[in-house]
Amino acid sequence: MAQDDHSGTEIAAADSSHAAPAASPGTALIAPDSFENPGFPPHRPRVTDEDPKREKRAQRTVYTLFYLSILGSVWAIAAYMLFPMESNNVGDVRLNNLFIGLGATLALLGIGFGAVHWAKSLMYDVELVDERHPIGGSPETQAAAVKVFQDADRESGFSRRAVIRNSLIGALLVFPLPAVVLFRGLAPQDQNPIELLSHTMWKKGTRLALDPSGAPIKASDVTMGSAFHVIPEGLQDLEHGKLDEKAKAAVLLMRLDPKDLNELPERKTWSYDGIVAYSKICTHVGCPVALYEQHTHHLLCPCHQSQFDVANHCEVIFGPAKRPLPQLPIAVDDEGYLIAQSDFTEPVGPSFWERH
Amino acid sequence: MSTATTNAPQKRSFTAAASVYVNERTSVAGFVKELGRKAFPDHWSFLLGEVALFAFVVVLISGTFLTFFFQASMAEVHYNGSYVPLKGVEMSVAMASTLDISFDIRGGLFVRQMHHWAALLFVAAIGLHMLRIFFTGAFRKPRELNWVIGFVLFILAMAEGFTGYSLPDDLLSGNGLAIINGMIKGFPLVGTWMSFLLFGGEFPGTDIVGRLYTLHILLLPALVVAFVALHLVFVVVHKHTQYAGPGKTPGNAVGPPILPVYAAKAGGFFFIVFGVLALIASLFTINPIWNYGPYDPSPVSAGTQPDWYIGFADGALRLIPPGWEFVWLDRTWSFNILVPIIAIGVFIVLALMYPFIEAWVKGDKREHHIADRPRNAPTRTAIGAAGVTFYAGLWAAASSDLLATHFSLTMEGVIHALQAVVILGPFVAYFITKRVCIALQKKDREIVLHGFESGRIVKLPGGEFIEVHEPLDEYERWRLVSFETYEPLMLRPNSRGKITFGQRLRAGMSRWFFEDRIAPVTKGELEAGHGEHH
Repeated sequence: MAQDDHSGTEIAAADSSHAAPAASPGTALIAPDSFENPGFPPHRPRVTDEDPKREKRAQRTVYTLFYLSILGSVWAIAAYMLFPMESNNVGDVRLNNLFIGLGATLALLGIGFGAVHWAKSLMYDVELVDERHPIGGSPETQAAAVKVFQDADRESGFSRRAVIRNSLIGALLVFPLPAVVLFRGLAPQDQNPIELLSHTMWKKGTRLALDPSGAPIKASDVTMGSAFHVIPEGLQDLEHGKLDEKAKAAVLLMRLDPKDLNELPERKTWSYDGIVAYSKICTHVGCPVALYEQHTHHLLCPCHQSQFDVANHCEVIFGPAKRPLPQLPIAVDDEGYLIAQSDFTEPVGPSFWERH
Repeated sequence: MSTATTNAPQKRSFTAAASVYVNERTSVAGFVKELGRKAFPDHWSFLLGEVALFAFVVVLISGTFLTFFFQASMAEVHYNGSYVPLKGVEMSVAMASTLDISFDIRGGLFVRQMHHWAALLFVAAIGLHMLRIFFTGAFRKPRELNWVIGFVLFILAMAEGFTGYSLPDDLLSGNGLAIINGMIKGFPLVGTWMSFLLFGGEFPGTDIVGRLYTLHILLLPALVVAFVALHLVFVVVHKHTQYAGPGKTPGNAVGPPILPVYAAKAGGFFFIVFGVLALIASLFTINPIWNYGPYDPSPVSAGTQPDWYIGFADGALRLIPPGWEFVWLDRTWSFNILVPIIAIGVFIVLALMYPFIEAWVKGDKREHHIADRPRNAPTRTAIGAAGVTFYAGLWAAASSDLLATHFSLTMEGVIHALQAVVILGPFVAYFITKRVCIALQKKDREIVLHGFESGRIVKLPGGEFIEVHEPLDEYERWRLVSFETYEPLMLRPNSRGKITFGQRLRAGMSRWFFEDRIAPVTKGELEAGHGEHH
């Protein structure tokens, strides 16, 4: 830092006119024949200072605004009573909101504009001049402050008794740690997130059901080109954690012409007659991938516009997502209902550190 | 003091008696004497910080009202309020109580909307206030720390906004939380557990609304109030900056006294801000959660937007090209999430550190109380414009889908264009702004040297027509010549005869900052100029 002070020495010598203890101006250029401050221009009186009529008018305006404010307050109270909204009618809510609001607006703006107008047109408009002083204070004050610390240090032995000091610092660093550990209680002790994230409610034989009714879906109901929002059967009957399960188990079901599906050999058995099921939870940050474009077989996530190609195992064709949507292997049971062959074979939803 | 009370011969007014009573118990007279007639410099751009402060007061007032009615519980209920389309729908108590505030409590919707609008204005006003501070160099010594405090407030305000936005537990806010959950999970090492702890188990769980509520109405407001108080104490300690003008020097502060004029104007302005927010709240719907419905992880609607101040973060997520995620060492590295977070983090740290960087480059240790005109600090202004462009590019990206549908463009085209804006735009903005600033400085010089065009055409004896240029009066001229320039740092060996890397870097940055510079007109130049012309 000492070098900094050297860098502009010549210039520093040229300046030093203002700022009491001459601080370094650094690389600032101060021309020797720059203009001098001409001082304050002559004061220009306002119309209200010169014309008593205008002054009277300004006075009238100000108190009228204040009276209007009172009117607004009274109106807002009246509107509270005059515009009830207990009729189950949304229109009444609108009126209540509008008229209470406009009353309050008038009450507030009346005070606001009145006060500002008073200040600008009637109060003295002479500006004052305050001297500024260096923020650091005078050298004497600074020296006194330094002395306080030196005295305190001497009297306590803070610098001298290094062992005491260091052990105190150590204790102060460690004592908050138990409080940090207590926050482990934010989540259940007996659960492991990695375990939970790896499984969903789907298991072998779970019927695919319509979201939100929960009615099971027959393969014959899935017409060519259609798409269904699907949940596992039984989700709606869960006592607890319904949304937690749904957040992982939500599935999109689509029927394509089997000719359009480019299926991997090992996944040929995961679909049924062109019907495929994919996790609805985006592999980017976990929004529902809810938009299906039928003629291109593309799925679009409305949050960050990742696009997935259903015909190619939902691989990413655009956007920030990396991984394809996980596929749910499906089959048909004896009664013709669509069922899951198993759970997803990989964790669904956004990536996480322990995923591999 | 005691003599005044005992010897008072005539009857005192009530006000005088009350002031004496209070003063003898609080010693407030010292403060009044010290602060009451302080000169407070006045300019419209100084109001931006006041808008932020007043919007925050409105947020506090309206928010306190809302706490009497809102219930931060995620217990499931069947809605049974006045809004018919949602009757019987299963939702959380938080959502149901927010609907009750809107449809069953008279004036509740008004206060709720005012709270939301005021929060949006709060963040917006902080942003504009920061731009004002940046472009006028009002962050220079001794105000660097206050810049940092203000920056912390900006971040706290966004946190307040996001936690509040998430409380009603409606479809949109739940999706916002889903995105936060996904982002947290993308953090290396700790992400999975952080999400697990935040949500009290799996997403969405039944704890998050209550936890965000504690943050929203207790922890964050306490921090905001504390930092606002600190911020204002420093404004008093430093005294406000002022723009260059006749009579105004680095050693004085010129303006109306706090009592009465400034207090009346600022107090009135509080009511104006409050009133405008009330007007907006009575006329314009915000966050109609009854249209979205309760949170459900499965449905989502297209074209949804976060509150404006979260847009830049959401946009940053959208601009990442496909495939930025790898499995390495048997672990998942989500660069599609890390890169936006790191980019925004670096941007924020650079903006936070800017006052210290500029001070180091200049080596200027003096106090600065005269606000710069942006044109007189071309490089700083250009850097600011580059930063604004970067932010604006990210922000626009949060509406990439709406841009595509409204202007019939392809989604991919919009994203690629915005990727270009975010990466190349700052350079273009930097270059253009710097040139514009220098051109404006040249124009200022021209006006000082040759006066302004008077519009009076004179025919000379030789038949030539000229327009008479009127010289500026000394007050006008002072406004245009009262600034300083800096010269690039000359690289010199230090006392040990070495040129350190730090000095080299500093000289390089100094050259970048000050190589192109326009000096203010001097007296000598003006006289020489007159000689040429007449």
